[in-house]
Amino acid sequence: MTATPDAAALIQERFPQVAGRPSGDWPAFNVPADQVLAVLRTLRDEGGFDVLTDITAIDAGPGSSPRFTTIWHLFSTAGHTYVRLAAACAADAQPAMPSATGLWPAANWHEREAYDMFGITFAGHPDLRRILMWDGYPYFPLRKDFPLAGLETELPDPDVAAETAAKVRAAPLMGGPFVAAPGTTLDEAEPRAGDQSWTERTEKPR
Amino acid sequence: MATEYTFPDSAAKTAAAAPAPEKMTISMGPSHPSTHGVLRLQLELDGEIVTAADPVVGYLHRGDEKIAENMTYNQFVPYTDRLDYLAPLANNVAYAIAVERLAKLEMPPRCQAIRVLICELARISSHLMGLGAFGIDVGAWTVFLYTFTEREKLYRLFEELTGARFTTSYTRIGGLARDVPDGWLGRVGAFCDQFLPRLEETLALLTRNRIFLDRTAGIGVIAREDAIAYGLTGPNLRGSGVPLDLRKDRPYCGYEQYEFDVPVGTRGDCYDRYLCRGEEMRQSVRIIRQVLKNFPGGDWYARDARKIFAPPKDKILTSMEELIQNFMLVTEGPQLPPGEVYFEAENPKGALGFYVVSRGGGVPWRLKIRSPSFCNLSILPKVCVGAMLADIVSLLGSLDFVMGECDR
Repeated sequence: MTATPDAAALIQERFPQVAGRPSGDWPAFNVPADQVLAVLRTLRDEGGFDVLTDITAIDAGPGSSPRFTTIWHLFSTAGHTYVRLAAACAADAQPAMPSATGLWPAANWHEREAYDMFGITFAGHPDLRRILMWDGYPYFPLRKDFPLAGLETELPDPDVAAETAAKVRAAPLMGGPFVAAPGTTLDEAEPRAGDQSWTERTEKPR
Repeated sequence: MATEYTFPDSAAKTAAAAPAPEKMTISMGPSHPSTHGVLRLQLELDGEIVTAADPVVGYLHRGDEKIAENMTYNQFVPYTDRLDYLAPLANNVAYAIAVERLAKLEMPPRCQAIRVLICELARISSHLMGLGAFGIDVGAWTVFLYTFTEREKLYRLFEELTGARFTTSYTRIGGLARDVPDGWLGRVGAFCDQFLPRLEETLALLTRNRIFLDRTAGIGVIAREDAIAYGLTGPNLRGSGVPLDLRKDRPYCGYEQYEFDVPVGTRGDCYDRYLCRGEEMRQSVRIIRQVLKNFPGGDWYARDARKIFAPPKDKILTSMEELIQNFMLVTEGPQLPPGEVYFEAENPKGALGFYVVSRGGGVPWRLKIRSPSFCNLSILPKVCVGAMLADIVSLLGSLDFVMGECDR
């Protein structure tokens, strides 16, 4: 194993087409989606980045393209440094990425979570199910067009739903954890409301 | 090193594909005393032997990452309490450092010393809880009563420091909620002095206990390679013999000034993980004593964080500049530059990471919480296979996870 991993030099030598990415701390790279696995493999086998710390995604918001970016954080147990890879998903409606589960079993749950929260499908994943939300949940909650208050959905168990006629209802959380005063809309009451995509005054996007 | 990984089929999948009459599928949890919260294990059993395991997580999912995108940085501090709710102070510190790295802020020595102090106190309190619960899981009730007595003393200290026993919310971006109270440091020192003999007494109940050894030694073995490949961190990784501790290897908060040892296991079984936690508590006391010995004076918040940390109260009431500053901080939040930062802290349960993506302004665009319990649990489908059903209880106890952090 390489003693002192230098991610930047290694990537520049092996993948000259990979560009750097602005970062406040660790070396970071923007990788084309079709080369992600090759870069990850090189970093693992030659760079000494033996730990897959995290896989997550960023939604740039509806209307922007590329909309979804997948992020990998790797760590080296020998050099004690991190490296960050980012790859934009080509399709905005049906985002997809190759799966890193063959390289690290740790990727299994991280990719399930990214699928659950953002709807990114990881090609080659052995068991791509939802992990935090229940199976059959119809939305991807961390997408920017999903409101903070949530959306009304059916209960996961049809028997319970039929018996109780209960539903998962939107919570009065819009604009923050405090309930606004009666007679005002929540987004007026909370100046810091960041979720402007769908409030009481602007219609739900169809 | 050219390793490729494959996964065994999940319990649900094998049961659906080929229902084997001699096998039984049971659900362990979500409300089972040994699952420490709301973890559910779908187990496929052949007699007493587990042939497939499928952890079902998410019962405690509250959408913390979504909530973070909709509030200012300081408003999210109370939510970090509720991640690993057995060590809220350590979560507060990890989150504050992540955001401070984004803001490029350096904390004064006194603030760092207080943060090290509370991180180590949180580690002791979390390990005491984990140890007590582990004891109960394998039938040693007494340990729980001993550790909870000590934990109660710590909670009194936390209450005096932060005003809350459990949900402390002690850090702020750019500093702390308040300085340490008068005489508090002395009481921390007194706690350490009486704690060490109590700890030895408690550990002596287990370390050479024949029943405990039978239940843990050689049980739930996690190989070194697997621990790394599955992204395990904290005592679970060190129990498998990997000497990785971010306090040593990526020091933050001035951990490099303190002398301490990183205990590692040799076999990676439940017993080694127990031994690691026990030794970590001793080492935490060692760190706390060093902090107390040279406790720095000066500021407990970053004075140059003028656009981030709230100005002193007496200034707000007397000076226009500070009044406006305070108003802007309350209404719009601290203004942080655009950028992205990933910071991991060595928390009691493992490496807690925050990935903060800012587009400028007072609200993060994306905040990803990399929780150690989530990663530590992902190895369950592998280690459960082939184990006896009763050993799953030991295994879960030794992994010491918290579902609040796993599900976020």
